[in-house]
Amino acid sequence: MSDPASPIADAATATAALEPIAPDAVPEAAGAPPPPQEGAASGRRAWLLTEAPASRAQAAWGRRYQAWLAFRRNPLAMAGLGVILVMLLLILLAPVLATHDPGIQELGNRLAAPSAAHLLGTDELGRDVWSRLLYGGRITLGMVLAVVLLVAPIGLLVGCVAGYAGGLWDRLLMRVTDVFLAFPRLILALAFVAAMGPGVESAVIAIALTAWPPYARLARAETLTIRRTDYVAAARMTGASPARVVLRHVLPMCLPSLVVRVTLDMSSIILTAAGLGFLGLGAQPPLPEWGTMIATARRFILEQWWVAVMPGIAIFSASLAFNLLGDGLRDVLDPKQR
Amino acid sequence: MIDIGNLDVRFGANHVLRGVSFRVAPGETFGLVGESGSGKSTVLRAVAGLVTEWTGRIAVDGKPLGQKRDRAFYRLVQMVFQDPYGSLHPRQTVDRILSEPLAVHGFTDADARIPRALEEVALPRAARFRYPHQLSGGQRQRVAIARALIADPRVLLLDEPTSALDVSVQAEVLNLLADLRAARGLTCILVSHNLAVVAHLCGRLAVMQGGRIVEELDEASLRAGRAAHPHTRDLIRLSRDLEEA
Amino acid sequence: MSAPLLAGEPLVAVRNLHVDFPSATGVTQAVRGVSFAIGREKLGIVGESGSGKSVTGRALMGLLPGSARVRADVLRFGTTDILHASEREMRGLRGGRIGLILQDPKYSLNPVMTAGAQIAEALRAHTRLGRREARDAALALLESVQIRDPRRVHDAYPHELSGGMGQRVMIAMMLAPNPELLIADEPTSALDASVQAEILRLIEELVDSRGMALMLISHDLPLVSRFCDRVAVMYAGQVMEELPAADLHRATHAYTRGLLECLPSLTQKRERLATLKRDPAWLAPRT
Repeated sequence: MSDPASPIADAATATAALEPIAPDAVPEAAGAPPPPQEGAASGRRAWLLTEAPASRAQAAWGRRYQAWLAFRRNPLAMAGLGVILVMLLLILLAPVLATHDPGIQELGNRLAAPSAAHLLGTDELGRDVWSRLLYGGRITLGMVLAVVLLVAPIGLLVGCVAGYAGGLWDRLLMRVTDVFLAFPRLILALAFVAAMGPGVESAVIAIALTAWPPYARLARAETLTIRRTDYVAAARMTGASPARVVLRHVLPMCLPSLVVRVTLDMSSIILTAAGLGFLGLGAQPPLPEWGTMIATARRFILEQWWVAVMPGIAIFSASLAFNLLGDGLRDVLDPKQR
Repeated sequence: MIDIGNLDVRFGANHVLRGVSFRVAPGETFGLVGESGSGKSTVLRAVAGLVTEWTGRIAVDGKPLGQKRDRAFYRLVQMVFQDPYGSLHPRQTVDRILSEPLAVHGFTDADARIPRALEEVALPRAARFRYPHQLSGGQRQRVAIARALIADPRVLLLDEPTSALDVSVQAEVLNLLADLRAARGLTCILVSHNLAVVAHLCGRLAVMQGGRIVEELDEASLRAGRAAHPHTRDLIRLSRDLEEA
Repeated sequence: MSAPLLAGEPLVAVRNLHVDFPSATGVTQAVRGVSFAIGREKLGIVGESGSGKSVTGRALMGLLPGSARVRADVLRFGTTDILHASEREMRGLRGGRIGLILQDPKYSLNPVMTAGAQIAEALRAHTRLGRREARDAALALLESVQIRDPRRVHDAYPHELSGGMGQRVMIAMMLAPNPELLIADEPTSALDASVQAEILRLIEELVDSRGMALMLISHDLPLVSRFCDRVAVMYAGQVMEELPAADLHRATHAYTRGLLECLPSLTQKRERLATLKRDPAWLAPRT
């Protein structure tokens, strides 16, 4: 049973949820759902969809299953998820699927067109583009993952603490956020990389440093509404410390919108990473990072277009897939959209 | 049990409470009546420690209180909120909601206390692992009452506990509150705009208007309509009007 | 405007209305076979949350979400068949011949437009009026909903108005196109008792003086019976009982009686409130 969207739906959907419980508070027991179809998988389905879970785990899994059912109804989001899963599979199986070593140069066969021997052709040093794409995905997507793992917790924590504590803490944390927000993203990343020397690690840190402020802003805005709710007042009334209230009651409510924001940002992180690579400030040349691959191929883009287009397609489809996934997740997770 | 003297609350330029004073004896239920904006809920929130911008005197169980409350205070005083849709965390199961106060106060017998608390408010065991959105309004309010009582407080603050409920459910919740109050010897403050509800539960009440208590009277005079202040008389007349229709 | 109604025909006719909401876990039947008619009178629809009373009102205005499935033998306003009306025709009905007043003016008024501008917009959506004429008409409407200082309210934003004042503006807006039917869905639940009485009295006067029909949807049985001619009591998507408001204390259905008896009373002391015993037989489809 999905959360009601409007007062009408509330009145209407309040029904089915309450069937098995005490008749006292159930004026609307009319619309009982039909009995679930019997079948092989229906046992597990019924266990997940039951309105009277018998344990903590069942309740939690039931809720996740509901979200999954809602998510599954969005074909575009499913397509995005499919693309991402296929990409993850490809880069995990890179050693199996790669036809060549991504680093081996074959100078006699430079800039070859796609053929049976080289599925996507070769680059300016005669390296196999298909194999480099597979291994490059590990670096590019790995960078994205590292950035997200760094950025989301920092942004969430800063935002929630600022929003909940208010006063001096709020002003202090938000001014720091503003300072980072005031720099153009790529320029600040450039400055950091210039200071730390180019490389994958410094690119990750540079992107992370410039990517967290929007998350902090978002989490703070959410927290400002959440802290005024009665359930947070009730949590304070249990005598819980502010840290406990933030971590156990406020933070989980900010999480969904943050997850959505992260998936929508994935594409821009990929692009920033690719941009740094393109400028020669990310992964360094022998490494097959997608952005770097485009950067080195730009000289041949007119004559040997496949060398630049292939990593371009990879970046494009990864970004698009993450965007579609993010849109789908927003429909499922964001309580305001319901 | 509760002693409030000259309570003043200002939110910025907004003077919400102006010198409110009253006392509630142990085991008594005291009603606060008024229209929206009269400050009745603010009194409750100041006592609960949810509003900190107050001056004056608030003492519970003989101990004067400061702006900040310690954990022991929340063992003693608990609150039930108006809106059962808003006062339960939407992403926590009933089980989690009820175990939260137990964890904070260091109870180790949560698995025994939670079923007992559910039984006390007449909720079936099956409700334990449900999310609030899977419960009806009345059931949610029962969960909120169970949460307030699970750590055995002696003072219960009730902020319009039934105004968001259907009348049939209101009757059940009012009966439940009366039973629990008798069984546990609770001292209560009930805030409501509904005179009939206040008369049903409270022995004494105060009528508020514009942040002041304009009149204090007992249940018998309320029912008989023996009120001195015109605002009280207005409220009584409106309430009777509807009853006699 | 559609063809005139035949004499003796009610303004609104609803026969055997069903509204279903399909969801992941099955179909929720919000309204199950409701029939009623409204002439030039005040009909109250009373029920608890989830009884289907609001859904019934919205079905009449064609305001249900797209997922809802509406069936009825007859669902008619004037001579318009609502089930088969085009969206264009429905727009003509909504805010034209049918006005809707919702519970909380805080949410139903546009926060970034002044009260006067919103009324003027409602006026100009249905009649050709110049700017100045619209302003004068808006002021006249504000006066007609008994606002003492219409000029101040005209230029005020919704957040600058009290709840009762906001509801008056809402009513003025709904009156702008001179509707034949006013649907009021819990119009006073967000208001204080004193304001509530004023607003209902205002609605009553306007309905009587303009010869409109009123459909008052509320959970408050005593309130509805006081301001309406007839009351339909709904439970679980069906009408349990329909009776003249004056005969409410002679209600025969156990549900209606139960609703009346579980109210606490100001005048009489009751040690314990009667609780409503829900009879499963009430859920059985009625014919």
